[in-house]
Amino acid sequence: MSDVLQPYSHKATGWRLFLKTVFARAYPRVIGQQREKSWMFFEIFMPMLGVASYVFVYRAIGAPEEYVGFVVMGGAMTAFWMNVLWSMSSQLYWEKEQGNLALYIMAPNSMMAVLLGMALGGLVASSLRAIVIVVLGSLLFQVQYVVTDFIQLLAVFLLAMTALYGMGMMTASLFLLLGREAWHLSNLAQEPIYLASGFYFPIKHLPFWVAAAASIIPLSLGLDAMRQLIFPSGFALGFLNVSLEIMILVGLCVVFLVGASLLLGYMEKLAIREGRLTESRR
Amino acid sequence: MTTTTRNPLPASRWKESWRSFRIATWLGWQIESNWTDPFLFAIYSIVKPLAGAAILVVMYGIISGGNFEDPLFPYIYLGNAFYIYVGAVMTGVSWAVIDDREHYKTLKYMYAAPIRIPAYLLGRGVARFLTGSFSVIVTIVAGVLFLHVPLNPLQADWLLFFLALFLGIVMLAMLGLLLGGISLLIVNHSWFIGEAVAGALYLFSGAIFPLEVLPAWLRPVGFAMPMTYWLELLRRSLVGNVAQAFPTLATFSNLELLGILLGLSVVFGVISVFVFRRCDHLARERGLIDMTTHY
Repeated sequence: MSDVLQPYSHKATGWRLFLKTVFARAYPRVIGQQREKSWMFFEIFMPMLGVASYVFVYRAIGAPEEYVGFVVMGGAMTAFWMNVLWSMSSQLYWEKEQGNLALYIMAPNSMMAVLLGMALGGLVASSLRAIVIVVLGSLLFQVQYVVTDFIQLLAVFLLAMTALYGMGMMTASLFLLLGREAWHLSNLAQEPIYLASGFYFPIKHLPFWVAAAASIIPLSLGLDAMRQLIFPSGFALGFLNVSLEIMILVGLCVVFLVGASLLLGYMEKLAIREGRLTESRR
Repeated sequence: MTTTTRNPLPASRWKESWRSFRIATWLGWQIESNWTDPFLFAIYSIVKPLAGAAILVVMYGIISGGNFEDPLFPYIYLGNAFYIYVGAVMTGVSWAVIDDREHYKTLKYMYAAPIRIPAYLLGRGVARFLTGSFSVIVTIVAGVLFLHVPLNPLQADWLLFFLALFLGIVMLAMLGLLLGGISLLIVNHSWFIGEAVAGALYLFSGAIFPLEVLPAWLRPVGFAMPMTYWLELLRRSLVGNVAQAFPTLATFSNLELLGILLGLSVVFGVISVFVFRRCDHLARERGLIDMTTHY
């Protein structure tokens, strides 16, 4: 009898399996993306082009220098939004297109762990890009930072990222049912979100209810709070009080993570029932 | 017994090119539009460019205190609106290579079919041109109606406008062909190349700010790009005096700008044809036409 038919003796179950799945899915995200050096270059170079363009627009219209800093921060945050959009929300659609999704479903692991692994891996990989964009942007355009509260800054960043990737996990299950629309919807969710979430200007300048509605995107409040905490004039241009923004971000974390779990279960059942897990609607 | 001719007569070549172009246009339109119902497609075509323009409007409004009468505003707004064509046409043509090779996996069949590949790729760009035109028109109309962009249809120089527009679209299509040729040879970067080039040109062509704002050592890049002159001509044809208020190209007359645009378009066009032929040859030689990467 060949070894192939021997029972596998190192079975992981329960939380061990969950953690192993998370690690297994996060690994290619971190290692794979760093291995392709040219992709790293493009993923930093392209947001930098956008940042530079908006910086020069502000300089052309004679804006105060802190707006240059706002643009650099916003440009760095685009790395996370793009990652959530293209590598979280659309990921199950891509997996379906390549035939991996059925394998995920068949394997004895939790889909929630797969999504969490994608999120953690994507977060680490995008953080590296965001840091490079901030450093480069700050050096090129001489941005000055004055951090008023490191603890709050760290809390805001972590909460914003948790909520953002939770949202990505939730939308990933929605995209499970989509065909070619997935690509177009992801494409559509770029500029409108850059506008509503104030990637290149403080959302305080938007009408109150527009800014309030845009706060459903965790980056809106995350960016606003971070700008308040690292720029001298940030507090004057903040949308809400930082403490209140932190509390709202905690709420968004809970809503999106619970929502992701519930929606994933429902969408998975629906996709199996309608036979959409293996279809490819090119 | 019939024989196939490898070098058909010029008239036959034109016929074949026209047929390839026409069918590719139809195919491109189907791919671009049939993923949803017409209403959602129209919304999709409007929301994205308007949101892009609105980012600039809000930025400008914050700093200027809502003074949209300043000549800088129409400069920024119109430049951004017409730049939609760069992404649509140039990236549209080159994207067809990636779409057919990686996504639909049909590029090898296109090469095996009795069609002209350059004409086919240019045809695939037409659908993007049409959707891009829709976005440009909507953006400009919104600017005129709601943001006081000083465009008076009765005072616009329409002859200059359509002449410049035509030249520019041809130039962008040829640049798309150049990128398409390069896309045939590269694997891992092909997804980024169109966007990277369009992003770089957005920065260097003075689309949304006068070139004087750029550091002096970067300005020559902008002056070497045909888009710089193209956008200036489009602005001048629509809002003449406003556009000429900026020193960048103020010393050039419209005719001189047209001449420069034509000259640069010819230069880039010749380079594009040469590069595409060379890349096409290398891609066939290296067996890259049917290569998929699953990225």
